[in-house]
Amino acid sequence: MNVVLDNLDVFGSGLWTTLKLTALSFLLALGVGVVVATARVCPAAPLRAAGLAYVETVRNTPPLVLLFLFVYGLPKTGVRYSLFVSAVLVLGGYTGAFVAEALRSGINAVPIGQAEAARSLGLTFTKTLRYVVLPQAFRTVVPPLGALLSALVRNTSLAAPIGLLELTARAGQLNTSDPNPIWIYLAAAVAYMVVTLPLGAVTRLVERRVAVAR
Amino acid sequence: MSATVLYDEPGPRARIWIAAATVVGVGLVGLAVAVAVVRLAGHHQLDRARWTFVTDPAILRFLAFGLLNTLKVAAVAGALSLAIGCLLAICRLAPVAALRGAAATYTHFWLAIPVLLLIYFIGFGLPTLGVDLPVFWFLVLGLTLYNSAVFAEIFRTGIVSLHSGQREAAEALGLGFWQTMQLVLLPQAVRRMVPSLVSQFVVLLKDSSLGFVLPYEELLHRGQITGQYAQSVLQAYVVVAVVYVAVNASLSYLARRLEARQRRPGARVAAEAPTALNPLIVGAGLAGAAVIGVGTDAPAG
Repeated sequence: MNVVLDNLDVFGSGLWTTLKLTALSFLLALGVGVVVATARVCPAAPLRAAGLAYVETVRNTPPLVLLFLFVYGLPKTGVRYSLFVSAVLVLGGYTGAFVAEALRSGINAVPIGQAEAARSLGLTFTKTLRYVVLPQAFRTVVPPLGALLSALVRNTSLAAPIGLLELTARAGQLNTSDPNPIWIYLAAAVAYMVVTLPLGAVTRLVERRVAVAR
Repeated sequence: MSATVLYDEPGPRARIWIAAATVVGVGLVGLAVAVAVVRLAGHHQLDRARWTFVTDPAILRFLAFGLLNTLKVAAVAGALSLAIGCLLAICRLAPVAALRGAAATYTHFWLAIPVLLLIYFIGFGLPTLGVDLPVFWFLVLGLTLYNSAVFAEIFRTGIVSLHSGQREAAEALGLGFWQTMQLVLLPQAVRRMVPSLVSQFVVLLKDSSLGFVLPYEELLHRGQITGQYAQSVLQAYVVVAVVYVAVNASLSYLARRLEARQRRPGARVAAEAPTALNPLIVGAGLAGAAVIGVGTDAPAG
């Protein structure tokens, strides 16, 4: 217990890094997700293929492999980023592929009659999307996006093996200098839960607020 | 919803716009690829000598055994997680409040923390507490604790999503809780959730790369050693990534095939009900799903 109380600042700085990492990579993931999802449904066949290739490659590779490729492989070509920036880019790019799929299936989940009705009322392509399809799509997308954000919080721990001192790495460090695994790792687990559990509750709340009755 | 409903058949001007956007988009992607190739070549990363390690039989053997270790740990952890996950899902729907509470707490706890933190605790914490196991079992333990919680959620979703008439009919026939589960609800839920189960197996297989930190001699770890040994760090990781993509993509393909087969009009779930009277068949169904899973990839947390 003491090992936790004496090192609250260490846990705090680890948690702060984890939160920064999560926030920045989620922003990047949303951007990547929108671009890739657009590419996957656009009328240009080569772009659809590029979007599909991106999603299939990224989703089927362990994120740790992508991180290693980025952190140890890329410097061989003269491209060098700080550990933090590398972690943001890789986690954002990785989560982005999942965001793209969530957005795409959200649009697909809107019943076709909705778009047909909008079109037959004379709404244009942009108006159909803006007033009819997208508002409904966003609602279906809330739960998967919430789940992805929660997964991202947990995936930021992958930055530990490359040497970024976030929460998991801090716990490992403390346990090396003063082995007391149960308390140290329990404290780290609680710190993660302080972030992920409210996130789940907020997602459910938003989901209920925006739910469409069909 | 198909995109074609969103807009009319493109006219001449729209077609020019689409063509222009295609050219610009493809140009941007092509430019990125070209820059990457120039950059790689400029730093001698495309030189023949950097890639010759992939033709060295000893290195290939080394990597192949790494892949085998990855598949082994994923298969064992996958089978255990399936069995435990199924039990947990049943507990969460059981008529005993204590069982429901315990199963829910277990599930929520493991779903809220990173697998890597768990693996750090198991790999670096347990030995200092006097628990000593081969790293293989450390990794299996970590992956199983987490994935059994995920599988429990998948099974539960599957059972809950069944029409309530199924349960009501079973109860009307006088079946007890356990019989209703085993004869009526589980067989249908498992079939319905096969795609989710397989995609979670893919996640599990990807997560087995976390064994790297223990270190367990799986594909990623052996890839790193190869890269250092052959002076081809970038190339070795590329090879590892390609192998993961190949294995995981074929598992996902298998999952889609299975799903498509299920949706065929001839494949009636009801027709298989009599065989489900034998509890062993239900188990066999699970084992079948596990076998599929061994080959699949793991999705993002």
